[in-house]
Amino acid sequence: MLELKNIRKTFNPGTVNEKVALNDLNLTLNDGDFVTVIGGNGAGKSTMLNLIAGTFLPDCGQILLDGKDITRLPEHKRAEYLGRVFQDPMMGTAATMQIEENMALAARRGMKRTLRPGITRADREDYRERLKLLGLGLENRMTTKVGLLSGGQRQALTLLMASLRRPKLLLLDEHTAALDPKTAAKVLDATQRIVEASDLTTLMITHNMRDAIAYGNRLVMMYEGRIVVDVSGEEKKKLTVEQLLNLFSQASGSDEADDKLLLS
Amino acid sequence: MNFFLSLFNSLPGAVTQGLLWGIMGIGVYVTYRILDVADLTVDGTLATGGALCVMLMRLGCNPWIALLCAFLAGMLAGLVTGLFHTRCGIPAILAGILTQLALYSVNLRLMGGKANLPISVDKYDLLVSQRYVRELSLRNPLPLAILFLVVMIAALYWFFGTEYGSALRATGANPHMARAQGINTGAKVTVGLMLSNGLVAASGALLAQYQGAADVNMGRGAIVIGLAAVIIGDVLLGKLVHNFALKLGTVVVGAVIYYVVIQLVLQLGLNTNDLKLLTALVVAVFLAVPYWKAQVFRKKQVTGGGGNA
Repeated sequence: MLELKNIRKTFNPGTVNEKVALNDLNLTLNDGDFVTVIGGNGAGKSTMLNLIAGTFLPDCGQILLDGKDITRLPEHKRAEYLGRVFQDPMMGTAATMQIEENMALAARRGMKRTLRPGITRADREDYRERLKLLGLGLENRMTTKVGLLSGGQRQALTLLMASLRRPKLLLLDEHTAALDPKTAAKVLDATQRIVEASDLTTLMITHNMRDAIAYGNRLVMMYEGRIVVDVSGEEKKKLTVEQLLNLFSQASGSDEADDKLLLS
Repeated sequence: MNFFLSLFNSLPGAVTQGLLWGIMGIGVYVTYRILDVADLTVDGTLATGGALCVMLMRLGCNPWIALLCAFLAGMLAGLVTGLFHTRCGIPAILAGILTQLALYSVNLRLMGGKANLPISVDKYDLLVSQRYVRELSLRNPLPLAILFLVVMIAALYWFFGTEYGSALRATGANPHMARAQGINTGAKVTVGLMLSNGLVAASGALLAQYQGAADVNMGRGAIVIGLAAVIIGDVLLGKLVHNFALKLGTVVVGAVIYYVVIQLVLQLGLNTNDLKLLTALVVAVFLAVPYWKAQVFRKKQVTGGGGNA
């Protein structure tokens, strides 16, 4: 359903800060795939996600979603197909707006925004029911400004918002990295439930190898701007952290301790 | 006693002027607070609104239609700034300054090359005029100014509650989130600039009628007065009101307080020439206070905190 073909992206070309972020990247996602992405710092994980989302454009290569070429489509236009949760809990919601207002914005993702009322009574009931499923008590605080919520609550809300209108593809960019371990576990749990409930095709970046193994049906590892490991199905279920580290050493051609540490 | 008497006598004028500038302040609120853009176009747009309205009325145009034309001309100016900013990649502040500069020439053209274009209340049917400000009659500008503000705030309250208006607010609150939700942030910023400048031009049209002339310099420093209205209203009443319509109301109150205070210091003997200096200083202090507060708060956290770790 998603195809990345020969994607290349270089930042600051022709300067001393030149950095090849993606180097001939190829990846194909199948319908219903829940893919976890791991890799050291600078491996190109976030760059890949941002290219899919359209935050910036690739130097060359092609991005196909359900056969449609979206390589040059502006960010706000491809948002119709994508649900996104960012690493920074501040990024995914509007802090000065109420919980229900944020949800109403997300409920109309990719739709024409008219001069009809932003929230109707029926909307409100729908949002309340959905918020209940998060189990955070947010259904009783629907007119609270999102800025007053904790990071974990904001990430859970962003996740819910990303799935309000079923996206073709859910993009999670280390969405639990900024949270304490307990909250991170809760948000991951909510992620699992939401992905399963709507049977969403998902791409989740994580820096936690255990999470990468525990969640999803497929795991890819990136190194120097391309995918070096791609395991799925039974093979992935049996994977251990040690095996993963070995795979990484083989793929990178050395036992780079620095990157290993970043991965664990 | 004489002092208080003359202050009392000048109050209706100060209040009316404050109300008319309140319209302008609400225009500034739309960009500065809702869109999070500092738009300097307004210094030019205010004069454009005044110049166009006075010119049209001198040609025999109905005052309401002249007012509407001023509003549309302001929207056009906002569109230019918006296109400079979103389509040419010019930073918002600079885009506003460019349009403002261009408008100076446009305004002179509108006024037939003259820096000042009078419109006498004797010859023309003005909507608001300074002359009747202390008269107890329907010609008094105060009721019309209030009515105008009430209708405007109601319309804005409705608009910012719609799907489209919410998207505009989201654009100002968090552009990343807005784009991720499929909102074309560039288009929304442009529409916001148009709305804001339309309101400012309408304010200019009413102000020109009120003072009996359009002046090419009438908008000089207008952005600072608009900011003063927004900030004074927010500092004094912001904690008390949460409803959006009332928030807009605080801007109007801020503008009125600003003009009453100006009237007061003028009566205390301040030289009119020093007025802009005073205004700039007052706004600078009001802008600095929240920053200083945050600084002090942070220091307290660093020294007194540590319990959370």
